[in-house]
Amino acid sequence: MNAVLLGATRGMGRALARLLVARGDALCLLGRDPAELERSARDLQVRGALAAPPPAFPCDLARPETFAPALDAAAESLGRLDVVVVTAADFAVQTVLESDPDRARALATVDFANTVGFCEHARQILLSAGGGTLCVFSSVAGDRARSSVVLYGAAKAGLSAYLEGLDHRYHRQGLRTVCVKPGFVRTGMTAGLDPPPFAGDPDRVARRVARAIDRGRPVVYAPAVWRWVMLVVRHLPRAVMRLR
Amino acid sequence: MRSDAATVAGWGRVSAPGREVRSDDLVRLTDGAVLSRGLGRSYGDSSLPPPAVREVAGTALADRVLAFDPATGRLRAEAGLSLHALTGMLLPRGWFVPVTPGTAFVTLGGMVAADVHGKNHHVDGCFGAHVEALRLRVADGRIVDCTPERDGDLFRATVGGMGLTGHILEVAFRMQRVPSAWIESESVRAAGIDVLLAELERSSAAWPFTVAWADGVAGGARLGRGIVHRGRWAEPGEAPAGAPAPPRPVRVPCDLPGRTLNRTTVGLFNAALYRRHGRSGRREVQSPYRFFYPLDRLADWNRLYGRRGLTQHQCVLPPERGPAAVRDLLELLARRRACVCLCVIKNCGNEGAGTLSFPRRGTSVAIDLPIDDGTQALVDALNERVIDLGGRIYLAKDAFTRAEHFRAMEPRLDCWTAVRRRWDPELRLRSAQSVRILGDPA
Repeated sequence: MNAVLLGATRGMGRALARLLVARGDALCLLGRDPAELERSARDLQVRGALAAPPPAFPCDLARPETFAPALDAAAESLGRLDVVVVTAADFAVQTVLESDPDRARALATVDFANTVGFCEHARQILLSAGGGTLCVFSSVAGDRARSSVVLYGAAKAGLSAYLEGLDHRYHRQGLRTVCVKPGFVRTGMTAGLDPPPFAGDPDRVARRVARAIDRGRPVVYAPAVWRWVMLVVRHLPRAVMRLR
Repeated sequence: MRSDAATVAGWGRVSAPGREVRSDDLVRLTDGAVLSRGLGRSYGDSSLPPPAVREVAGTALADRVLAFDPATGRLRAEAGLSLHALTGMLLPRGWFVPVTPGTAFVTLGGMVAADVHGKNHHVDGCFGAHVEALRLRVADGRIVDCTPERDGDLFRATVGGMGLTGHILEVAFRMQRVPSAWIESESVRAAGIDVLLAELERSSAAWPFTVAWADGVAGGARLGRGIVHRGRWAEPGEAPAGAPAPPRPVRVPCDLPGRTLNRTTVGLFNAALYRRHGRSGRREVQSPYRFFYPLDRLADWNRLYGRRGLTQHQCVLPPERGPAAVRDLLELLARRRACVCLCVIKNCGNEGAGTLSFPRRGTSVAIDLPIDDGTQALVDALNERVIDLGGRIYLAKDAFTRAEHFRAMEPRLDCWTAVRRRWDPELRLRSAQSVRILGDPA
């Protein structure tokens, strides 16, 4: 299949791109830093034993004007898009966001409004070709508001709701949405935070996500145990949630 | 979210207060950092921050291959790429690293910093001999590309320099073409140390990979009895088609009680291992994972040693004193009733270019010891003997050697220090080990 990945230069996106290229999928990378894109493209070239590095185009979730040109260029270079994956996102801990309103607004914009904007372009391209899969990394933080991730969780809750809505509206027309809800995964994003129990690693998350893409599963928790963890957390009484 | 009691530990579980900060962006990560570490497989305190510093940069997320030329085998990658990942990627295509240590859970950066050696040291030297270029972040913050020719002094001081001359960001080296993805191996039993060493020597004349396991607790006539393993890459006609899958490691679920490994249990285990091998030689085609990384099949095997952990004493003894030097060391261990849980003997080839690199021509003896109250005294005694015998120790394994002992073993230290000081006059880059052994500021 032909897959476009936004944010595959690092973390879970990097692991997913490696898995896809190793099994023979054709990739196109989108990301904001051209030098990083080039290094990742070369890494994927070696891992996939490709004659040339996969194509890569600049695209920045903070700059909506880059979305359409990047996706168009990707569609043109691959010929046809089967899957669009978004792993890119902004992250900061709640204490940082609270002390910096600009940073907080930027995060809410990137993680919700602009991600939705990017997905809208992707949706149109996929639907105009008769369907495809839109796989977007949301978070377990969107399942239940928590004091330690108020803003990030709110943005991800909105994103999860958007993806569910897309699924309801366009499933019959061939659009498959995969909303990935990673729990704590050891990547550069979470470096410096103490890993809680059930912390996952990017390669295992990638294997789960690839399977969900193949099967068109609308929601996937990774690691899998987070589905049950969040089932409990969602039903905790408010008084308990206020404790921390 | 951050606990104040966080510690960083080496493989032997010797620890220091602080934490490892990981990032996939090494250029940013190493800015201002005093030390980088890879997968933390050095046994002692090489990868631990000095006492006054609470952070060490972790490179494991920086694991991209930046170039690979299938015509020549030249490979360039970020320093955090693990040998395990690299082998999984390129062994099926007929390539293997020119030199591998005894575990695949190391990074390229760590392999350069320790200038690792393997079962083929007698023919292929250390890993550093196959490295063509390094990208470093040196102490003043600059990014420097060095090769044996360009800034050759820095290159040679970095190969085996334990990360103290600069943060290793990228490594370029030559992979080796292999005829198949399998190892043709043989093993023979030896009833005592003299036979074992003779067999090891004989094997090395004909085989590229040799190593001996010795029973470290058997005494008397059985002193140093063991098994010599030798191997070579199998030719396509001798090997199964395709490449073997890496084994799924079995985890040690928890720390075993500290005294689980003692002279009695180890003795029983060793005797069983020795007897099971049988008198006659064995031959088989086996997976390189099994041949090179037997202990990798047991993840977290350091937990077998309990909470206090283990240390390894690895020294290389020069050939002039012959097998008697090795016997001497083993007799010292037997006399002190040391609990030698594992004893690995290997003959080494010539010294490489790394200014402070461990191997030299002679015999390397590595012994794993559970840490207890007597460990310091035992290591002191071993080191005094090593000094008498004209040998030296391997920093990647060490947690107990005293500064004065190290200095007595290392006439090369002044030369290495001169290069280090030229690139880092204020000794900004340092580790718990360099504070202990080289007298760096805490």
